[in-house]
Amino acid sequence: MNLKMLSGISLGRVAIYLILIVFALLYLAPLYVMLTTSLKDIEEIRSGNLLALPNDPTFYAWIKAWSSACTGSECNGLAPFFWNSVKIVVPAVLISTVVGAFNGYVLAKWKFKGSELLFGALLFGCFIPFQVILLPMAILLAKLGLANTVSGLVLVHVIYGVAFTTLFFRNYYVGIPTELVRAAQLDGAGFLNIFRHVFLPLSTPIFVVTIIWQFTQIWNDFLFGVVYSGPGTQPITVALNNLVNTSIGGKEYNVDMAAAIIAALPTLFVYVVAGKYFVRGLTAGAVKG
Amino acid sequence: MLNLLEKHLPKIVIAPTTVAMIVCMYGFILWTGLLSFTKSRMMPQWDFVGFEQYVRLFDNPRWHIALDNLFIFIFLFIAISLVLGLLLAIFLDQRIRNEGAIRTIYLYPMAISFIVTGTAWKWILNPGLGIEKLLRDMGFVDFEFRWLVDPDMAIYTIVIAAVWQSSGFVMAMFLAGLRGVDDNLTKAAKIDGASAIRLYWHIILPIMRPVFFSAIVILTHIAIKSFDLVQALTGGGPGYASDLPANFMYTFAFNRAQMGVGAASAMIMLFGVLAVLIPYLYSELREKKS
Repeated sequence: MNLKMLSGISLGRVAIYLILIVFALLYLAPLYVMLTTSLKDIEEIRSGNLLALPNDPTFYAWIKAWSSACTGSECNGLAPFFWNSVKIVVPAVLISTVVGAFNGYVLAKWKFKGSELLFGALLFGCFIPFQVILLPMAILLAKLGLANTVSGLVLVHVIYGVAFTTLFFRNYYVGIPTELVRAAQLDGAGFLNIFRHVFLPLSTPIFVVTIIWQFTQIWNDFLFGVVYSGPGTQPITVALNNLVNTSIGGKEYNVDMAAAIIAALPTLFVYVVAGKYFVRGLTAGAVKG
Repeated sequence: MLNLLEKHLPKIVIAPTTVAMIVCMYGFILWTGLLSFTKSRMMPQWDFVGFEQYVRLFDNPRWHIALDNLFIFIFLFIAISLVLGLLLAIFLDQRIRNEGAIRTIYLYPMAISFIVTGTAWKWILNPGLGIEKLLRDMGFVDFEFRWLVDPDMAIYTIVIAAVWQSSGFVMAMFLAGLRGVDDNLTKAAKIDGASAIRLYWHIILPIMRPVFFSAIVILTHIAIKSFDLVQALTGGGPGYASDLPANFMYTFAFNRAQMGVGAASAMIMLFGVLAVLIPYLYSELREKKS
């Protein structure tokens, strides 16, 4: 599908390229501003302007953001919170992905009475505004002794992530012919063996999509982080927000920007390396979910 | 025995998820619903007072500001994202060189958290050092741009940042839709001598209807849930001029010890989502059946 009429006129094509490039620059501008600001010192920030390149690039802001900036009453930089996020993200992503794979396998190929209803009810969970579960979940976590703990946050992310992971795997496995299941059953294979020997080898792409989706969602989460974490267990998004809103000894915009980039780096890295899968996850999660 | 186990294995495997779903989604929604009819403040308690909390909620001017903001935000955020996403998708669909690279640039904000987006835009829109200073340095000495600290304009800064973050995603959805349009259709239209604009307006856009639908539902969903962006960009301020319902709920439920009012506001948010979602799912299901 393309506009032949326009491609005939070279002026039209020039205009299209021009518009596309202008917008590309607009989308890139905030990242550029963040990066250049993070490399300037505070004098230069006050005297220069947003778009100017740093005269004398310095990593002062980066070092401070990582190891000594104040995030409230403590001043250890973002580093401890970065590792908190890692400790939350790794188990939460792995557990929710594995559970989702099994659920999807059951809902696609081992339907039972009520399984469609179950899927519908689960799908619905992708849409609820989480505000409606925040209060009871806080009480449940307290009862379980998991309030303000990393394990508590992992649990919350697993519970509310499974709706999405199940959806991803179910939609993927529906596309695998049921004859494969029947044939394996004739050979005497059961539920688990069929999963291991028939489905698992075909699942690499959907595992990649799901892991990337979950990784981005959980790394970027702020709502659960701010409600269910305490001092010492906060994820990086919460710490970044605290850092920006703490102004002991004057505002250091360069440190804010370096901190923001640090918080964004893991997901940006994944996007650059595996963008194709990222987009697939977005559209699968969005259009179908 | 082993056979019996094998027979029920699928149900056993999915049982934990089923239990978690019933308790932590539907059970919790019910719990919040019930709580919204009680006197609860600091701690949940079960003296039922009917719609008192809802009355208090709708008597609160701050809630009305949050609702008004939500309508402004939803309308502008969706309208601008749709127009921008669609135009960029159409332009990108003209056999563009380096399409992949441009697409990557349009979409990368979606990988970033709203907290980072908010932090970045807070700096860019900084009154005094941000865009304002940039334009003054360029010679527009009287240029003023202080939306971030202007109670009437703060909500629009949230629109700007949200559009920056999400419009690339809308572009990707439309691009996928455009790629699915049958080439013969456009060829036929061209033979009939239809102009490019007529072609898009009368033939392509009607085919894109389902994409518009999905995009609107997703963007509405993002908008109603928007909490992080407000928290990072304006903190709901100045005062509470740029609060959205999600921020209102958080403040009242967790900072102000007004659980009942918080629960009531959460239920209103849920009904808001349902009002958009149910017609959507209904039309989807009907389309599948026909």
